[in-house]
Amino acid sequence: MFLAAAKLTVILGCWGVLLSIVVGLFCAVVRFYRVPLVRWLVGAYIELARNTPLMVQLFFLYFGLPRLGLVLEGETCAIVGLTFLGGAYLAEAFRGGLLAVGRDQIEAGLSIGLNRLQLLRYVIVPQALAVSLPAISATVIFLLKETSVFSIVALPDLMYVAKDLLKEGNSAETNLLLVISYLAVILPVSLFFGWLERRLRFAGFGS
Amino acid sequence: MLDSALSVLRMGRNLPRLMEGLGVTLEISLVSVALSILLGVPMGLLMASRRPLAPSFLRLYLEFIRVMPILVLLFLFYYSLSKFWNINLSALTVSILVFTLWGAAEMGDLVRGAVTSLPRHQWDSGRALGLTESQVSVYVVIPQAVRRLLPGVINLTTRMIKTTPFVFFINLPDLVKVGQQIVEVSGLRIPLASVWVYGTIFVIYFLICYPISILSRYLERRWQS
Repeated sequence: MFLAAAKLTVILGCWGVLLSIVVGLFCAVVRFYRVPLVRWLVGAYIELARNTPLMVQLFFLYFGLPRLGLVLEGETCAIVGLTFLGGAYLAEAFRGGLLAVGRDQIEAGLSIGLNRLQLLRYVIVPQALAVSLPAISATVIFLLKETSVFSIVALPDLMYVAKDLLKEGNSAETNLLLVISYLAVILPVSLFFGWLERRLRFAGFGS
Repeated sequence: MLDSALSVLRMGRNLPRLMEGLGVTLEISLVSVALSILLGVPMGLLMASRRPLAPSFLRLYLEFIRVMPILVLLFLFYYSLSKFWNINLSALTVSILVFTLWGAAEMGDLVRGAVTSLPRHQWDSGRALGLTESQVSVYVVIPQAVRRLLPGVINLTTRMIKTTPFVFFINLPDLVKVGQQIVEVSGLRIPLASVWVYGTIFVIYFLICYPISILSRYLERRWQS
């Protein structure tokens, strides 16, 4: 039972994080290039998502929207909610990295004849990613932790199963299992990012 | 449509109850933030020190707290303490305890970062000018560390406010829980109740956290140079 629940937590977490990265990257690039109009929308979205709790967002999605005629299933709700939140946080993380790429780097790239896409691919993104990696890893771990509220949209994740078992009264084992499960999910991610951070220090990083 | 919004909020004691819920939310966050600062500062100083054991022990504590979802900690303290040591804490005490444990750990890390980021020569120059150890702390280290610290602390505050809805799970009547109760009661009569109530809560959280975020960003920009 715990394994199935852990699997659900991991799957939802992965989807949420992957989609968040897509949304976050999009938002960060839009703000970086100062695309008119879209930029304001993205800005408003980021502020809205960053300054409200995930639980309230989920409640609104799950209980509020069906009344307006838009019914989302629990899983969809969870992923949409997590992406809504994570996209905004990651956008900020990416933006910090993009801003840290020096003007001289971009100009040097242009002067050796790279086009815009090549510039992005070979010069800007690798450096930006290295700089923003600590922020990204903090955000990803934060998002994985936030998955613990998914039981409110009636998904049988780890917390949900734990709550069920607690009602039957064996709280020690349940809580221990809960702690171990979350450690098993989050610790490898945390270690992986630590390793990645050490690998990705490009020349000039941190100076 | 707007009628139904007003009628939900005006029905019975709905609006005052929401405000009471907001009170609980704010109480938990403010008390825990205050306690976190009180505990976190000495913790951070200890973590920055070169004494043997204490820093690595605190590091371990910090990593554990960071990896655990707050919800798990709440469950741990709410259900297990009473079972094993017969310590029965109220939901409010448990929430404040857990939020303080978490906040103090994060605070400690912020303080450590601020203190260790100060260049070594600040101490040395202070000492060279003939200031005593404590004078160096009061006039040189603390003013600079506070500047580096404040944006992070404010950020942590909003994070804690945004995490308070978790107390919902241990049945504390905070803003979200009260909202849910209201929706359950009036949802049958007013179909749009859930939209309005959760919408209102969404806006309340935004109105609390947004100004704080702006303040943090402003301070960061102003003190950067």
